[in-house]
Amino acid sequence: MNSIYMPDQVAPAKVQEQPLIRYEGVTKTFGELEVIKGIDMSIYGGEKLAIIGPSGSGKTTLGRMLMTLEEPTSGIITIDGEKLWQMEDKRGRLVRANEKHLHRMREKIGMVFQHFNLFPHLTALRNVTLALTSVLKVPKDEARERAAEMLGKVGLATKLDEYPSRLSGGQKQRVAIARALVLRPKVIVFDEVTSALDPELVGEVLEVIKEIAEDRETAMMLITHEMEFAREVADRVVFGADGLIVEQGTPEEIFDCPRSERLQAFLGRFR
Amino acid sequence: MNVPIGQWLPFLMDGAVVTLRITVFAGLLAFSLSALSGMGRLSALTPIRWISGCYIELFRASSLLVLLFWVYFALPIAGLELSKTWSAVLAIGLNIGAYGGEIVRSSILAVPKGQYEASIALNLRPYTRFIRVVLPQAFVRMLPPMGNLSIEMLKSTSLVYFITMADLTYEAMILRNNYYTHTPIIFGLLLLIYYLMSSCVSWSVRLLERKLACWR
Repeated sequence: MNSIYMPDQVAPAKVQEQPLIRYEGVTKTFGELEVIKGIDMSIYGGEKLAIIGPSGSGKTTLGRMLMTLEEPTSGIITIDGEKLWQMEDKRGRLVRANEKHLHRMREKIGMVFQHFNLFPHLTALRNVTLALTSVLKVPKDEARERAAEMLGKVGLATKLDEYPSRLSGGQKQRVAIARALVLRPKVIVFDEVTSALDPELVGEVLEVIKEIAEDRETAMMLITHEMEFAREVADRVVFGADGLIVEQGTPEEIFDCPRSERLQAFLGRFR
Repeated sequence: MNVPIGQWLPFLMDGAVVTLRITVFAGLLAFSLSALSGMGRLSALTPIRWISGCYIELFRASSLLVLLFWVYFALPIAGLELSKTWSAVLAIGLNIGAYGGEIVRSSILAVPKGQYEASIALNLRPYTRFIRVVLPQAFVRMLPPMGNLSIEMLKSTSLVYFITMADLTYEAMILRNNYYTHTPIIFGLLLLIYYLMSSCVSWSVRLLERKLACWR
């Protein structure tokens, strides 16, 4: 059988009732340009899903729509069965989500960016505590403790009071990972988190992600160009091109016996 | 040639106090208006954006001297009579505030998009995003141009001479009448005093910048 895509063909890492996240017929158009042309996919609780594909295939947009940074043009994204971008108004009609709804939904989502996006005016520690104290209303001392512990986990216990300008790219990205992780979201989007790093700094960041991937609680959407890393960490790999999912499967299926020509050609460039 | 600087200084100091007083009050007004109009121009609410835009365009385009005349000579006819000091403060504050509004607006816009996105990803409330993430960064960007503008404002206070306020320039002109042959020295002193005052401004701005931008 040479089917291009079947949503539930691939068993999730853990057999679970309902997916944590579901994309249903999602499209995204920027002006004339249709970046996402109709995506159906699921991420299960605790699952590590790698998304690979050529540049410009819409991978990043998939993650940004989940983080509420881009609104889908059509289609539905649900988290725990609840619609992300739509809500019911008083009369029960489906309307566009307001900030309050998005705020509630965002509690379950975190994101690490390609360009780190650390707050340059805050120390590493305060980058991590900011959301704890101002959103989750965690008391200051406890927030400090949790942040310091998380920064220790990513190997930055000695850099708590440094400003981002004094950190290397790899260290910045690890702060960003700690900052997302400390809020304990159900899913974290990792958007090409090593693409902006000097080659010798890529390893330390990937190591940290592998480590945190071992806890089975947080689902991860790993948008990446690091094929070895994807193979090692992911439970499932999605290959997208031109705004569509071309193929998906376990890392072995995708990397060892790619079925579609697109994927074969794509992987050929990494060998 | 006997130069009676000792006799001039009290006059010049009196004038300097007037100049400083106008500068401080007009500065407070100007910076409040800058903040309001600069942020107002970026507001999500159309009327606020519109009012802020009108204010900036209107008062940036108006000649400060004409504005000063208008406030001092025309407003009383319309029924609102202000003292010389408050006329000066109002005219200068309105004019400089319009320039400042553009500085505030552009500094906020210059904060990289990634900073907004990170604050959304951390689920910060819109208010917190602005106060804790955007504003501290925008403020540091505002400082150098605001320092420039403050010096510009300090010097523009000399225009109050035309509504016969006894500011620094006015006092120097009086002295010049009485000591005509010393004109070069009197005006030299005038320049020096303005220079010293604006040095204080630029020095404080630099200090503030160093303190607030320790993270750069």
